[in-house]
Amino acid sequence: MGGKGMDHWERVNNPYDDDKVIAACSLFGMMDTSGKRFSGGDTITAIANMHERGNGLGGGFAVYGLYPQYAEHYAFHVMYLDEAARREAESLLQDGFRVALAEPVPTRKTRAIENPPLVWRYFLEVRTQNGQGLSHDDYVLEKVMQINTGVRNAFVFSSGKDMAVFKGVGYPEDIADYFRLDEYQGYLWTAHGRFPTNTRGWWGGAHPFSILDWTVNHNGEISSYGINRRYLEMFGYHCTMQTDTEVIAYAVDLLVRRHHLPIEVVADVLAAPLWSQIEREDGEKAALHTTLRQVYGSLLLNGPFTVVIAHQGEMIGLTDRIRLRPLTAATKGDLLFLSSEESAIRLVCPQLDRAWIPMGGEPIIGSLQRPLAKREPVAVEEATA
Amino acid sequence: MKTYLPPRFVIDRYAERCIACQVCVRQCSFDAHAYDGEDDEIRSYEKNCVGCHRCSVFCPTQALNIRLNPLSYRPNVNWQPEFIEDIIRQSEGGGVLLTGMGNDKPYRVYWDHLLLNASQVTNPSIDPLREPMELKTFLGRKPDRVELDPASLSLKTQLAPQVAIDVPVLFSAMSYGAINLNVQESLARAATEAGTLFNVGEGGLHQTLYKYANNAIVQVASGRFGVHPEYLDVARFIEIKIGQGAKPGIGGHLPGGKVSEDVAETRMIPAGTDALSPAPQHDIYSIEDLAQLIYALKEATNYTKPVCVKIAAVHNSAAIASGMVRAGADIIALDGLRGSTGAAPKMIRDNVGIPIELAIASVDTRLREEGIRNQASIIAAGGFRNSADVVKAIALGADAVYIGTAALIALGCTVCQQCPTGKCAWGIATTDPILSKRVNPDIGARRVVNLLRGWSLEIKEMLGGMGINALESLRGNRLHLRGVDLTDGELDVLGVRLAGR
Amino acid sequence: MTTNISSNGGSTVRIDVNGTHYRELNGLIREAVADGAQRIDLHDVHGQRYIATNLRTEAEIHIHGTPGNDLGAFLDGSRLIVHGNAQDGCGNTMNEGEIIVHGHAGDITGLSARGGRIFVREDVGYRAAIHMKEYEEKRPALVIGGTAQDFLGEYMAGGIVVALGLTLNGENCHKASFVGTGMHGGVIYLRGHINEHQLGKDVGVSKLTRKDRTILRDLVTQFAAHFGYDAEEILASRFIKLVPLHLRPYGRLYTC
Repeated sequence: MGGKGMDHWERVNNPYDDDKVIAACSLFGMMDTSGKRFSGGDTITAIANMHERGNGLGGGFAVYGLYPQYAEHYAFHVMYLDEAARREAESLLQDGFRVALAEPVPTRKTRAIENPPLVWRYFLEVRTQNGQGLSHDDYVLEKVMQINTGVRNAFVFSSGKDMAVFKGVGYPEDIADYFRLDEYQGYLWTAHGRFPTNTRGWWGGAHPFSILDWTVNHNGEISSYGINRRYLEMFGYHCTMQTDTEVIAYAVDLLVRRHHLPIEVVADVLAAPLWSQIEREDGEKAALHTTLRQVYGSLLLNGPFTVVIAHQGEMIGLTDRIRLRPLTAATKGDLLFLSSEESAIRLVCPQLDRAWIPMGGEPIIGSLQRPLAKREPVAVEEATA
Repeated sequence: MKTYLPPRFVIDRYAERCIACQVCVRQCSFDAHAYDGEDDEIRSYEKNCVGCHRCSVFCPTQALNIRLNPLSYRPNVNWQPEFIEDIIRQSEGGGVLLTGMGNDKPYRVYWDHLLLNASQVTNPSIDPLREPMELKTFLGRKPDRVELDPASLSLKTQLAPQVAIDVPVLFSAMSYGAINLNVQESLARAATEAGTLFNVGEGGLHQTLYKYANNAIVQVASGRFGVHPEYLDVARFIEIKIGQGAKPGIGGHLPGGKVSEDVAETRMIPAGTDALSPAPQHDIYSIEDLAQLIYALKEATNYTKPVCVKIAAVHNSAAIASGMVRAGADIIALDGLRGSTGAAPKMIRDNVGIPIELAIASVDTRLREEGIRNQASIIAAGGFRNSADVVKAIALGADAVYIGTAALIALGCTVCQQCPTGKCAWGIATTDPILSKRVNPDIGARRVVNLLRGWSLEIKEMLGGMGINALESLRGNRLHLRGVDLTDGELDVLGVRLAGR
Repeated sequence: MTTNISSNGGSTVRIDVNGTHYRELNGLIREAVADGAQRIDLHDVHGQRYIATNLRTEAEIHIHGTPGNDLGAFLDGSRLIVHGNAQDGCGNTMNEGEIIVHGHAGDITGLSARGGRIFVREDVGYRAAIHMKEYEEKRPALVIGGTAQDFLGEYMAGGIVVALGLTLNGENCHKASFVGTGMHGGVIYLRGHINEHQLGKDVGVSKLTRKDRTILRDLVTQFAAHFGYDAEEILASRFIKLVPLHLRPYGRLYTC
């Protein structure tokens, strides 16, 4: 009953036309809240340690603070299955943007990666008169949709500023090796190892899923997918990937970018407090939580999930409200770690200031605006209360 | 005139069990049993039997059995016995065939062709008995977004009035007159105890029920019976009745004989006069007139409560519903083809309207396509038989359902369709003071509360199986439904995939 | 990925795990046990799953680092000592033996345990002791030094859970909600306070009897010995006892 928007990626991503694409996973995120950039080595080591949680059909990374020399440009990472796709997409990009730089993303030959597609990157500036009166973000979004749905064999991995997504079919450590991620620096790294249930896996289907500078890594399966998707369709989102990750990304985009809700409040929508809890809250808080559930009930993510969501300057970890999927958080100085398993964190940072298991539905937020070391030791908790 | 109608039922009386206690004689309000003093024997008059089982249930020695009269006509696909007997009835009476309860014809019951999902492996089913399972539902208009004050992050959005219910099942409109006060009180008390609402129909709200008004839905229908400012003020929400699933497009008629002093007082009309509900509301001949009445009611109640508009599910329901939402309806009630009634012309009941399943699907889809689904809640009505029907309706897109017949069955109704006679032997569809005593509100409320409790537990079981712990995650979530034995066209309207796909 | 195995020639074996896959690691442990090891030290453990599962020996295994999920699953008599934190599923369906965690443990600690003892110095995650049960002489125990997250003792059918609240500060109130929801056997002893609304509806609060005190004293004494606390000081505080209200909490659930 998909109706609109059927395109070739939908068939690639969901070849058997299941209700949606089902996958399980490992998650890892690491952020220096002082903004100091560091190499991807630790992230790669950590995600590789959770090898068991994936099955080699998808691995990926998001990196922020990646391209300081082009910090004001939209950085597009685009995958092509053939040269024709590249020519078509590039002509579209050249029409829509001033292209500061276009080049293939550097790769390294590795045995583990078979039949890689072409992956190019572009640093783009929106022409001042785009002729449509759209905000730059909305304009970029429209162009991304145009490529993903209109250009055969092209797919945009990411399109935010000073960030990018590297992903593909393989174990995350192999993907990292292929894209030479040990050579990059960023202040925020997230990583994902995938275990797709009902698809053979393809490069675009790996996590993180990205829209503008938002990236989402996800573990679990959401039973509310059907209504989450139908609700987002009312606001003009077309869910071509048919993944939970995609609806989470769109939900965050809707709530943060379009409805201007802070991320703590977004967490109260996606992992809403139980009515029994709301009844015990004070008047103002109860009113807010009640209103959020009344208005955004269709965006409640029901069922097991852990997500690591990031955008410029911020990393958020969140589990479902009855915590059916794992998440461990840890801090060391300015560093915030989020991981499916604590062992992965300990491997790269044995002496932590603190390691803890957050409550279900409680967002753990790392932010450049509030560097950890400057806060009291329990500031992470306070920020999320 | 000698009737040519054969008896519908056969009464078996087991002589070896019968003790001639005459319970059956006293229980039958249709005179199907009589005591013959001369022979000291109970005799049965089968032509009067309506098959309501009152005598059989109350017979202390199980001496009675009621079964269909096996009398056969020569087989004829076209001339089914029902058509033959309808003609006999009309040739003897010369009137419009009148009947009660809902459409009994074999139109496809889509609930029986829809199957629910359950979690296996990739996500866990949830134990509904031990883990929280939320059925709480809010009826009323919701905005597109929540706005916070950017500085203080305090709530700026003020929602239109919302009505919370603890179980997504409400009691449909049944007026005092069509049913008696004991039945209304049973439903009122059950609603209060179970955290849901009862609908007083168009017959006004009796003084003794004002204490349950916080759980009452009051109707404003074409007859405007008993509508006055206090009636509107005390209610939880107001329902404008445009139509009813059992008789779309036609009005109602409570015969003067049923308009007792008490009914008259509640309806605010003289006793003994016919209470006529016109087919249309004579201040609503178009959509803008509906808006005018909606806002008249909102103004009259100072915007303190939602206004619902109820329509019969008909061919253009989707378009009509869209207009209703735009006209200001906070809740829309859709009453389907199998919706019930105290009295309706048989041709109308059996031939007008569309199944509620298709109506829910098409209305929900249309409102979503227009981006206005959140502006109104949808209550679906018309023949809900069990909790699985309710769950399927919610997955198709309803916010809650109305039950009428199911609640009356809990009180004793056996769906014998004799409501318009006013002689209901179970004491439900009658205002006869003696028959009415057969429903005791203490017991009646308990029976209905038990029913809702059972359904709630079952709904939670089904939700948990699907890996869902809040009803809002099922609402409109059609991926949890699959169709069996349906055509592509039907699947398309329902927005549901074929089982196995 | 080198695995160093050294032995002092007697009963102690050291394994530098260092990235060894769990399958190989459990093989090495079994080999060592077969060779008569009484104590095995695993160093540099980082997420290896199922460590010491179904090891029918009374050997003591010291784990340095962070063991992976399902530590000691189906454990049957060994003693596991974690010098660090444990992840999810620690002691899953264990039958006999002991797990001592010098740190915190993750979700579903002691899931479906039928026997043995688990001591956790700090907190445990969600659904600890879920469906713990007892059978004949077997009566498992989970002693938590700190507190638990939600659904502690969910549909517990037997066994003993103790939460000492030593990580709570100030108000001394446990944080978990839905404690003992669906519980129909066993007992939970809490040191510190818990509010009525935090309890599952199938659970009642009662006072400790002399017999309870004996059980508690035994477990707290062992806990204190493992982690260097003063048992008497802990025992001097007020404890409350949570017990199931019904053996058949769902008696009125069904209508035939």
